[in-house]
Amino acid sequence: MTDISLDRAESQLAAIWRQFRQHKGAVFGLCVLVFLVAFVLLGPYLWQAETLKVSEALKVKNKPPSLRFPLGTDQLGRDMLDRMISAGRVSLAVGFIAMMIAIFVGTFIGVLAGYFKRLDGPLMRLTDMFLALPLIPLLLVMVMLFRDRIAGIVGPELGAFILIVFAIGVTSWMHAARIVRGEVLALKEREYVLAARSIGAPPRRIILRHILPNVVSPVMVAATLGIAEAIITESVLSFLGLGFPPDFPTWGRLLFDGLQYMQLYPERVIWPGLAISLTVLSVNYIGDGLRDALDPKARGR
Amino acid sequence: MLTYTLRRLLLAIPTLLLISLVIFLLVDLAPGSPASEIPLTVPPEVRAKILEALGVNEPLHVRYLLWLKQFFWVEPLNGFDALFGTTHAEGLQRIISYQTRSPVFPLIAERMPQTLTVIGTAYLVGVLIALPIGIYSAYKQYSLFDQFGTMFAMIGFSVPTFFSGTIFIIVFGVWLGWFPTKYDTTLEVTDWASFLKQLRQMAMPVMVLGLANAAAISRYMRSSMLENMKQDYVRTARAKGMSERTVVLKHVLRNSLIPVVTVIALGIPSIFGGAIITENLFGVNGIGAALIGAIHGNDLPMVQTLAFIFAILIVTFNLIADVLYGLLDPRIRYD
Amino acid sequence: MKLKTALLGAVCAFAFAPAAFAERGADGHVNVLYWQAPSTLNPYLSSGTKDVETASLVLEGLAGFNEKGEVIARLADGVPTVENGGVAADLTSITWKLKPGLLWSDGSPVTSADAKFTWEYCTHPDGGCAQAARYEGVTAVETPDDLTIVVKFASPKPNPYMAFVGGTSPILQAAQFANCLGAAASTCTDQNFMPIGTGPFVVKEFKTNDTVSLEANPNYRDPAKPAFATMTVKGGGDAEAAARAVMETGEFDYAWNTQINPELQAAMAGGGKGVFLNGFGTLVERIEMNMTDPSADLAEGERSTVKHPHPILSDIKVRQALSMAIDRQVLVDVGYGSAGRPTCNLVPAPEMFADATNTGCLTQDIEGAKKLLDEAGWVVGGDGVREKDGKKLHLLYQTSTNPVRQDFQALVKGWWEEIGVSVELKNIDASVFFGGDAGSPDTFQKFYADVEMYANNFDGTDPEPYLAQYMCDKIPGPDNQWQGENINRYCDPAYDALVKEMAATADLAKRSELAKTMNAMLTRDTMTVVPLVDRGRLSAASVTLGGVVLNTWDTEMWNAENWFRVK
Repeated sequence: MTDISLDRAESQLAAIWRQFRQHKGAVFGLCVLVFLVAFVLLGPYLWQAETLKVSEALKVKNKPPSLRFPLGTDQLGRDMLDRMISAGRVSLAVGFIAMMIAIFVGTFIGVLAGYFKRLDGPLMRLTDMFLALPLIPLLLVMVMLFRDRIAGIVGPELGAFILIVFAIGVTSWMHAARIVRGEVLALKEREYVLAARSIGAPPRRIILRHILPNVVSPVMVAATLGIAEAIITESVLSFLGLGFPPDFPTWGRLLFDGLQYMQLYPERVIWPGLAISLTVLSVNYIGDGLRDALDPKARGR
Repeated sequence: MLTYTLRRLLLAIPTLLLISLVIFLLVDLAPGSPASEIPLTVPPEVRAKILEALGVNEPLHVRYLLWLKQFFWVEPLNGFDALFGTTHAEGLQRIISYQTRSPVFPLIAERMPQTLTVIGTAYLVGVLIALPIGIYSAYKQYSLFDQFGTMFAMIGFSVPTFFSGTIFIIVFGVWLGWFPTKYDTTLEVTDWASFLKQLRQMAMPVMVLGLANAAAISRYMRSSMLENMKQDYVRTARAKGMSERTVVLKHVLRNSLIPVVTVIALGIPSIFGGAIITENLFGVNGIGAALIGAIHGNDLPMVQTLAFIFAILIVTFNLIADVLYGLLDPRIRYD
Repeated sequence: MKLKTALLGAVCAFAFAPAAFAERGADGHVNVLYWQAPSTLNPYLSSGTKDVETASLVLEGLAGFNEKGEVIARLADGVPTVENGGVAADLTSITWKLKPGLLWSDGSPVTSADAKFTWEYCTHPDGGCAQAARYEGVTAVETPDDLTIVVKFASPKPNPYMAFVGGTSPILQAAQFANCLGAAASTCTDQNFMPIGTGPFVVKEFKTNDTVSLEANPNYRDPAKPAFATMTVKGGGDAEAAARAVMETGEFDYAWNTQINPELQAAMAGGGKGVFLNGFGTLVERIEMNMTDPSADLAEGERSTVKHPHPILSDIKVRQALSMAIDRQVLVDVGYGSAGRPTCNLVPAPEMFADATNTGCLTQDIEGAKKLLDEAGWVVGGDGVREKDGKKLHLLYQTSTNPVRQDFQALVKGWWEEIGVSVELKNIDASVFFGGDAGSPDTFQKFYADVEMYANNFDGTDPEPYLAQYMCDKIPGPDNQWQGENINRYCDPAYDALVKEMAATADLAKRSELAKTMNAMLTRDTMTVVPLVDRGRLSAASVTLGGVVLNTWDTEMWNAENWFRVK
């Protein structure tokens, strides 16, 4: 019994994977993403930046890319490749985790509100309230209340990470919730859902089997947008003193810092800009491929 | 639908009151003080006096109730007086901004025109570009046009406005010298020449914001269209011999609009809320710049009033979106 | 140089102001950019630099300061001194004479009653006057006749040029503001946004935090000035965008506070469309040492209070070592360029108060710093961080969010790590850091860190109130809602005695000597305050704008009546 179902699940996964592989864009996206992840995870082992004294570093400031500094150096003579690697680790982690929190919370609230009429009112008013709250005071209050407490438990760096991810997640689920709810409102009146309900299928099953697979595509778009937004929002948070300590680079921050040197040293903004764009682009193509692969109709073709 | 709308409107009143209280508590709790605007050279005694004169030291509930009274009674009365030349509001204290020591509403009114013109145009341009791109890319999925549209959208939303704005300033303002980098709010459009001037000064902020808006909306449009193109009814319609035009633009489009309507409705309040970074960058100095300035200066009455107006708009437009769902898909029932 | 002779010289210099143009309004329009736009034009309601500066185009005091910090007459007919009898020999009063025939921009005469009214306006108990400090110690303003103003002080005032002097203390028109006293101040929106003044320009339209449109004052006392018929003061954007608008696109003629990175400064200056102007005042970027223990293990209310001396920084050798490890010239080169210079002084100007001999900190000495730490008993541990009695030499270094400050943090951290100090950095949003909210743990007054960095200066040319900030009774703490000015929690009875002595001393030479002694006590001798950079003002002016002189002692618009278009 278990063997058969396992078998079936496996073949289904295999089918999805087969379909996914046929999607050129998706494969390209996956490759880019794998490359980016490898870049930030394996980078520190492959590339060890020289440890220079301040006075030595200042002698090599603002250098263009070279063999010694493949991506050049910044205004204090710090190796940009080294900074891009450590920045990427933070940015990718923040981007993905915060996006997942936002999408999860948003989808959950959206489905509940869309499917259960009684929850619709209260949940959507809650959404309205979160949309209306001014973001910066909200974030500042969160820092004031939680930073020291979290830092006391898990240490300042992990504490900052948890706080940032949480702050971005809490303030960006509302769009996903409204979009999913709108779709669910329409979906639950479709014939197949009515049919499932009429044969007495419990709501949990209807939602999981019939509703959720059909809201995947807007959720995928929201997720792609969410990653870019989370990476950029993180840099805004750093400016409020909510983010990581100032000597802790992230892509968003490198982009912002590079801005004032853009005219003189354009590569300073190109690297982080390229990294963010590539991440978003790859996630988008993977999302496209996943949607097609998950769709039984498309798979049949 | 009508009873639903009426019920929602009635429900909006307690909701908004609750939201106003939450905003008030939040802004009050935030760890800043109007004193951050005062230079360090001002001695603490003087500093304390200034804060006292602002009314910062009154208890929280007193300030909140006073604000409620001012917002719902004194300010409408003032508006009435201004319209009909009466003097009902004389002697009643209006909502006073900490930063300017002047009533908040005239300040908001002063900033409304440029925000609506610039941000509104940008939004309109964004939507007008996004919808056709979204529809056509979905119709010709994986065509060259679609690939190009995807690239455009990805760049559009992975590039923050502070970045694209600065690039535009350097390219179009400094190198090419086509557009002014600072928006002149005192310009009045009276003739063709001043209209052209207005167009030129709007060009850059509208491009920056339009790009960002178009990117997001076109993605939702495309994905929703794709979802619907695969539905059985499309095949049926085609089988019945309907023209491609009717199938795509009438049936598929209509059924694909729900997420797009949601996104557009969510975006409209933000037109009034302004675009904080872009407004600041180009010196448009609209509502967005006012909000960020008030937040940095901890100008509680200003932040509270703006955030509350924003809340009213959000509640209203989400209600409109809900009504539109019913029109787009008659199967959706709320009763 | 004696201040009094300098003052007399200034009065003469003013009389010979060059007449580079002949007719009022002949040069058309001038565009000025204040990227932080004015929110009101009544400097008594807002002390923000942006408000005071723009207001000074319209409102004037009896006197002001020139670019050398000398007092110059504006509405007054000469600067009163002890020599000319204008200042009482016992320094308890000063008598000003108005220039005869002065008119407000609405055509009514300026009288001594306006000055008296201004004093009443600012000292009204319910008004919350932002410039009250300028009127401190004034017991009465008497008006024996329409042109004479006698300001009486409670005790001898060695520096009587406070009330009615400079952009922060202008004279308001009594007729216009008569109904705006005390709590009524904020009901007078029209008055606050469009004050009637005596300055070269008149407000035509005021858009809060956005644009001020001005036109030449038809009743300005010099019939040939100002050369510009109209002026726009625009706000919005940041320092970089402001510099660009003058130096690269040429849309604006003058931009205030264009502090950008030195390389961009050089690149923009090379364009030839404009020039950067810089001038040095009293603003010093410094690192403040916390003399008390900020440890989070202490109970709230005990943290960073005098009850607990700092476990590491109480040792003067550590403080000296930290200062020695810093290369101030590098900081200037990275952060400020021509708008900064390294300094070891807390009081870098005016010349007579600045200690030119205090230059010991200017040379970096990493080895010396290491030696000092060795002597203090901090030995290098296994991980390169020094230890003593099992405790690591670890410091938390906080400042406000600002790109230059974050670069400074990175550099200083690098140097301190070279001498074996482990450093944790923290940056805080400026509105929180400088907000002084007693409920927030992140204000610079609470100082829940070991060292912190910011800039401070003093108003005008007299450092006495500034140096008095470091008295024992001005230490911030829970009992005064953390509102004291003695951020370091420095306390030395000998220092307090010097402050009191200075307050009672009128002789300028003696005052200068006292100021230098106190400056040395805080910096060279104890390294409680570690000065880094003497920060100048940096503004940008178009090459087509003539007559601009950057003034750090008064507002930058101080001589706007002399501006003209270079043809």
